[in-house]
Amino acid sequence: MRFFRYFHRFSSPREFFRIAGSMIPWLAAATIVLLMIGLYLGLFVAPPDYQQGESYRIMFIHVPSAWMSLFVYMVMAGAAAIGLIWRIKLAHVMAMSSAPIGASFTFLALVTGSLWGKPMWGAWWVWDARLTSELILLFLYLGVMALYAAFEERRTAQRAAGILAIVGVVNVPIIHYSVMWWNTLHQGPTVSKFDAPSIHPSMLAPLLIMSVAFTVFYATVLLMRARWDVLDQEQRSNWVDEYLEQS
Amino acid sequence: MEGVPNNAVTAFTTIFRRDIKLALRHRSELINPLAFFVIVVSLFPLGLSTDSRTLLQIAPAVLWISALLATMLSLESIFRSDYEDGSLEQLVLSEHPLSVIVLGKVAAHWCTTGLLLTLISPALAISLAFPPQKLGILVWTLLLGTPTLSLIGSIGVALTVGLRRGGILLALLILPLYIPILIFGASAVDMSIDDLDVAGQLYLLAALLVLSLTLTPFATSAALRVTLE
Repeated sequence: MRFFRYFHRFSSPREFFRIAGSMIPWLAAATIVLLMIGLYLGLFVAPPDYQQGESYRIMFIHVPSAWMSLFVYMVMAGAAAIGLIWRIKLAHVMAMSSAPIGASFTFLALVTGSLWGKPMWGAWWVWDARLTSELILLFLYLGVMALYAAFEERRTAQRAAGILAIVGVVNVPIIHYSVMWWNTLHQGPTVSKFDAPSIHPSMLAPLLIMSVAFTVFYATVLLMRARWDVLDQEQRSNWVDEYLEQS
Repeated sequence: MEGVPNNAVTAFTTIFRRDIKLALRHRSELINPLAFFVIVVSLFPLGLSTDSRTLLQIAPAVLWISALLATMLSLESIFRSDYEDGSLEQLVLSEHPLSVIVLGKVAAHWCTTGLLLTLISPALAISLAFPPQKLGILVWTLLLGTPTLSLIGSIGVALTVGLRRGGILLALLILPLYIPILIFGASAVDMSIDDLDVAGQLYLLAALLVLSLTLTPFATSAALRVTLE
């Protein structure tokens, strides 16, 4: 019961604005510390790869951002579903604030993958299954963002884009497997096949730290975006006036 | 509607008949997607080459992508005119389940676009040097694939029907969701030319059709309720 009471309080815009405001500095500090540790371990401590040399180190950015691109999509669709089912305004805010962040992670994964692919496979882009489904994921994000931007009324925009996000989540596995089968049917480039039975702990540790850092970074930016969105949404409330007078 | 038993089947058939009748009364709108399909397909030989080997190589992709675009451009007709004259609101308010009404409208849309596209596709395929004995597979993939296109498309139209200019936005929302159908449809046609077994792709197209038949009416009706309020 206490949890629900807490949850209920937290989901009121005013309380959210206050609590999120006090959480952001801590999350930002944690992001910086984790990023520094992860980058240090990844760039200086981890040994060079016996085949790829130093250039594999882009993995410490590439892999976490690829993970995040899917994770954020799941969070976005989950939040949208919560918002639609239980009619929680804050969940919609969270979902729509996640979309641009997720799209950025997807874009980052594509760009770093392209930079990594050039020296390794000899091409900036190959129509490999993973690359293609990541690209389609970016299209799905862009669709949600475009739909959200198209409506004048915020509530309609949030709910319509939320439905699209949920439809997308049903489609993500279908797209992934269809692209994979399409690629195997067509005898894709086998160079791109990842054959890593195990990864050495000295490389795994920075990878995991970096992905935690990316997750905390996501939480920080999400709260920052959501906070300003809440402020904008509640601009006719008294507490917003009070807040603006104070600052 | 007085005296008609209140059940889902009558709702479906009533809506279906009404939409078919409306489509038949607007002949030009019925022809437009077909004309678009024909024109786009005929652009490829003009832009590429008239060499029959090249044409055969691109034929599956050209036919499938053109059919996909023709379907997409015709999607607005599912809800647009009903939205503009207010009858869509009445349908949403009616006592019948909205998902059944949506299904009736989508079925009518498919009969007036996807089905017709499928029927004229053999003629276009022949013009791309397509082997006549393989036309059956092409027709099968389109028969199984185009209903899914209409079903998924109905979600997109329901989401954008309230917007004044939905056209390009609709494409942005819908095209990524069309990719699996394009992959299976085009690859089945492609492989059938090389005498390979395509049962797998046909089953997958059928599975996607069944999946979208069960899920999309609910998504579409949820979207309609959001955009119409």
